[in-house]
Amino acid sequence: MPVTAKELIEILRDIYENISANKEYLTQLDSAIGDADHGINLTKGFKSVMEKIENMGDKDCGSILKTVGMTLVSTVGGASGPLYGTAFMRAGQVVAQKTSIDFEDYIKILEAALDGIKTRGKAEKGEKTIVDTLEPAIEEIKINKDKGKDIALELSLKAAEKGMEYTKEIIAKKGRASYLGERSIGHQDPGATSCYIILKTVADKILKK
Amino acid sequence: MKKLINNPEFVVEEMLQGMVKAYPQYVKKLEGYNVIVRKDAPVKGKVALVSGGGSGHEPSHAGFVGKGMLDAGVAGNVFTSPTPDQIFEAIKAVDGGAGVLLIIKNYTGDVMNFEMAGEMAQTEGINVASVIVNDDVAVENSTYTVGRRGIAGTVFVHKIAGAKAQAGGTLEEVKAVAEKVIKNVRSMGMALTPCIVPAAGKPNFTLADDEMEIGMGIHGEPGTMRTKLMKADEVVDHLMSKILKDLPYNSGDEVAVMINGLGGTPLMELFIMNKRVSEILDQNGIKVYKTFVGEYMTSLEMAGGSITLLKLDDELKELLDAPADTPAFKQL
Repeated sequence: MPVTAKELIEILRDIYENISANKEYLTQLDSAIGDADHGINLTKGFKSVMEKIENMGDKDCGSILKTVGMTLVSTVGGASGPLYGTAFMRAGQVVAQKTSIDFEDYIKILEAALDGIKTRGKAEKGEKTIVDTLEPAIEEIKINKDKGKDIALELSLKAAEKGMEYTKEIIAKKGRASYLGERSIGHQDPGATSCYIILKTVADKILKK
Repeated sequence: MKKLINNPEFVVEEMLQGMVKAYPQYVKKLEGYNVIVRKDAPVKGKVALVSGGGSGHEPSHAGFVGKGMLDAGVAGNVFTSPTPDQIFEAIKAVDGGAGVLLIIKNYTGDVMNFEMAGEMAQTEGINVASVIVNDDVAVENSTYTVGRRGIAGTVFVHKIAGAKAQAGGTLEEVKAVAEKVIKNVRSMGMALTPCIVPAAGKPNFTLADDEMEIGMGIHGEPGTMRTKLMKADEVVDHLMSKILKDLPYNSGDEVAVMINGLGGTPLMELFIMNKRVSEILDQNGIKVYKTFVGEYMTSLEMAGGSITLLKLDDELKELLDAPADTPAFKQL
């Protein structure tokens, strides 16, 4: 840390590549309890994001993240578009005008993103959604931030992974998966999974940096 | 996967282009957007109706754009809600100064995207109201779900709210009658086969030759119950028992019936379903005022169908009878 605008674009490229690499897997998770388009739509969205931000290296981090959010909202569709789109737009507001993002900023970004997702999706932890990955990750990073960035990040990522895996055990209460009731148990939530992929990608980039 | 398509990526775009070529007297497409609007949009002084959702439900929603029904239909990717910017363009294109009613089917994605578009339009000073259709009785309406899905009953909302707007109703009045339809409409569906999303290339679930799925949605998402194949009458009995239980009906009540094919069902089978539906209604002393049999809200090539009952009063009857002239729904 700190992450410059150019590095932020690199991170977003990594996110695109990792989501894209997991396209089939995410779609497969979504076929079990949703409508089988999560991987497809998210890949399409981040692909458009890269086209839009490729040459924004001279812009501030806030503008870049806001562009990411707007692009996701206008390309992904479904529930993921408004949710991830809102998350990135809120994140952009946190670092408006900033040319780099430090660790404290990153925590604020995560908090703003979570708040945006909860407001738009009216979801709480324990309902088999993105929130089940993101909220534990934020709790853990905040508890451990005095132990230093790397330790906090490692623990945060572990919590995120646990949260993601926990979605297998619970009944979906939001989105199309909720129609399945008990039948949604045993399946990992696609949104919780894509959220983990994004968090892990960011951590991989800023660990030891 | 056998499909008569060119490229999964362009199915929506190419379909809309073909549709506009087929019905130039009714509709036009907004340049650069997957939005179909009335040829004469915006209609000055009339409340405009905007609906939409994922594609794959044809003729919904764009097929109902025209006089007496919708002013715009917004087409998302297959089974994926359209994005706010697309919906926003639709709103702007059809607002004739009397406000715009958004007719949304109750799916998390649709609700969020339409809400965002509504917020965008409000900031531009356009008066927007919305209603959420949730007619599917298959889904338990409990705190554990996001509520019930909107399926074929949505078409009755298009028809009746559209007639009210055509008759000069205000935004509040059009919204109120749409809510009245929603309160009185119930549906339930079943499937014999799954369907294949072009971009996915394989079905979302499989059904053995001797199995069927009850309580299907319209997106290839699994239903609420899987059973052994039953005879048509048994299927109808099951669906009707759920539908009739959900609203208090009294002997002498009048209903409109919609038997909706999901895309891969011969009309023969839909009429067989309707025969049994009318028998059951007759036994219950419920009068059939009007029946619609055909494809209104499909799910790609899914074999199966849904039954919709709309309980009527004088106001709803009059609006249901009003003329409509759209590519997929014509009534003199």
